[in-house]
Amino acid sequence: MGKGLVSKILQRHTAAEIKEPGEIIQCKVSKVLANDITAPLAIKSFEKMEAKEVFDREKVILVCDHFTPNKDIDSAEQVKFVREFAKRMGIVHYFEGGDVGVEHALLPELGLVQPFDVVVGADSHTCTYGGIGAFATGLGSTDIAAAMALGETWFKVPQTIYVELSGELPPYVQGKDIILNLIGKIGVDGALYKALEFGGDTLKYLNAEMRMTIANMAIEAGAKAGLFPVDEITKEYMKQRDIEVSESLYPDEDAQYEKVVKIDVASLSPQVALPHLPENVKPVEKVKNVKVDQVVIGSCTNGRITDLRQAAEILKGNKVKKGVRLIILPATPNIYKQALKEGLIEIFLEAGAVVGPPTCGPCLGGHMGILASGEVAISTTNRNFKGRMGSLESFVYLSNPWVAAASAVAGEIIHPKEIMERKK
Amino acid sequence: MKYKGKVHKFGAHIDTDAIIPARFLVTTDPKELGKHCMAGLDPNWIQRVEPGDFIVAGPNFGCGSSREHAPLAILGAGISLVIAHSFARIFYRNGFNMGLPLVEVGNIYEEIDEGDELEVDLECGVLKNLTKKKDYNIPKLPDFMVNLLKIGGLINYVQNKIKGQNR
Repeated sequence: MGKGLVSKILQRHTAAEIKEPGEIIQCKVSKVLANDITAPLAIKSFEKMEAKEVFDREKVILVCDHFTPNKDIDSAEQVKFVREFAKRMGIVHYFEGGDVGVEHALLPELGLVQPFDVVVGADSHTCTYGGIGAFATGLGSTDIAAAMALGETWFKVPQTIYVELSGELPPYVQGKDIILNLIGKIGVDGALYKALEFGGDTLKYLNAEMRMTIANMAIEAGAKAGLFPVDEITKEYMKQRDIEVSESLYPDEDAQYEKVVKIDVASLSPQVALPHLPENVKPVEKVKNVKVDQVVIGSCTNGRITDLRQAAEILKGNKVKKGVRLIILPATPNIYKQALKEGLIEIFLEAGAVVGPPTCGPCLGGHMGILASGEVAISTTNRNFKGRMGSLESFVYLSNPWVAAASAVAGEIIHPKEIMERKK
Repeated sequence: MKYKGKVHKFGAHIDTDAIIPARFLVTTDPKELGKHCMAGLDPNWIQRVEPGDFIVAGPNFGCGSSREHAPLAILGAGISLVIAHSFARIFYRNGFNMGLPLVEVGNIYEEIDEGDELEVDLECGVLKNLTKKKDYNIPKLPDFMVNLLKIGGLINYVQNKIKGQNR
């Protein structure tokens, strides 16, 4: 029986012979990750386990990105606790202050996660690294503590849903629209306990960043992982990080899938997820008369340089509508520097945006852009659950950066082409 | 492993931001987290909970973030068991790791109402609705999960393993 990407990657990290989905396997992990919210719990569990040291100082990564720069005394105490643990354990990759970026943008950018890796992180969006052909999944803090101590964990080998993407990307459509469309089709539990695997001729139009945007939101369909093949685009992305990847990874031609979902990408328009679930998806043309108070561009989903360039296309020579707050958070210091070099930051400031530091911040209602009751936001982030960005009586719409930026200019949710036509 | 309790009924896709909103994630203390359990849906819910009560919910309970604070908040609130149509997978692992038993019952959840008295026997795979006088067979736990619960969760499991290595 042919194998898909999931079995092929996991097989490299386990002594068990993987025959079929459903088996429980012990698996070595390549990297173990936690952040300022989940690491404190992981460290407490690690200590209760009476573990004395981490399995590998270079393979345990701690990123303080969620409530940083520390939003209050309690979060400062949590970060201090993580910092002291990192120091005590001699953790090589500890990130805080001017080094820190949103974890799932930061790690691939620095080459700390690689194709063929098995990565576990105490953060549900760890699945992002599937975009570069790693089997990566989110776990809870105690699972992560065990992995930090032992360098291994257990998995139930998941069934896989194959997502076949066809056609070129239409204007103002990117990875975000593909994944929102998919979640709209299969629902927020459409891939529960399963993996998603992406293929089809659209892949050649998707750069590594857009692939990571897609893999990032696999969890929003309940998936354990969202995987892309390792091809020339992946290799080129790694090469820019001075990492040579010689091997490719594709599924076997006779790979078995639980089901196949087809998306005609060429016919998509930009997609918007309406409150309060990521599955409430409509094409932007059908979202009418929604005035916005706040727009957020950033996060592990859409805070990379590709995303900022798209936002700048719209914002160049335009102004944010009076009364609307546009908050742009480049996801890492390097993305910030690159945006500065390309003149994007100046475009944002000229348009009237607030440009903030790399942080998860408002995405999870942490800080730097919390909504009051009755307020409406459109955001390039990944979740629009009730109260996610602040008040239980606020409303979050999800979109790509073109739509978000255009909506900031119009003061309401709008197709980006309308703003671009106004410009002419 | 028998449990008896009164039902608090919830719908589908109860996410971890509903179970414990992110603004409360500045502590890891279950008691403290428990005070805000379900605050993302109804901040007053916690006042109606008595120790040992059950949560019964629809599909995909615990979807969203990987925060282990979610099962901790539920334990901290005094809930002894969660029954759902299905669970989000990270939450499912976290529940067992933290010692919170989770029971997947598919459509049976539709026949259970707010305030019902239930009795659950995890080892025999039986759910009794004492209020409605109706019994159900429920799936037995996979061996791996039973073993994990028997040794008292993941912390003890790893502790044993580390002690083994040092021997």
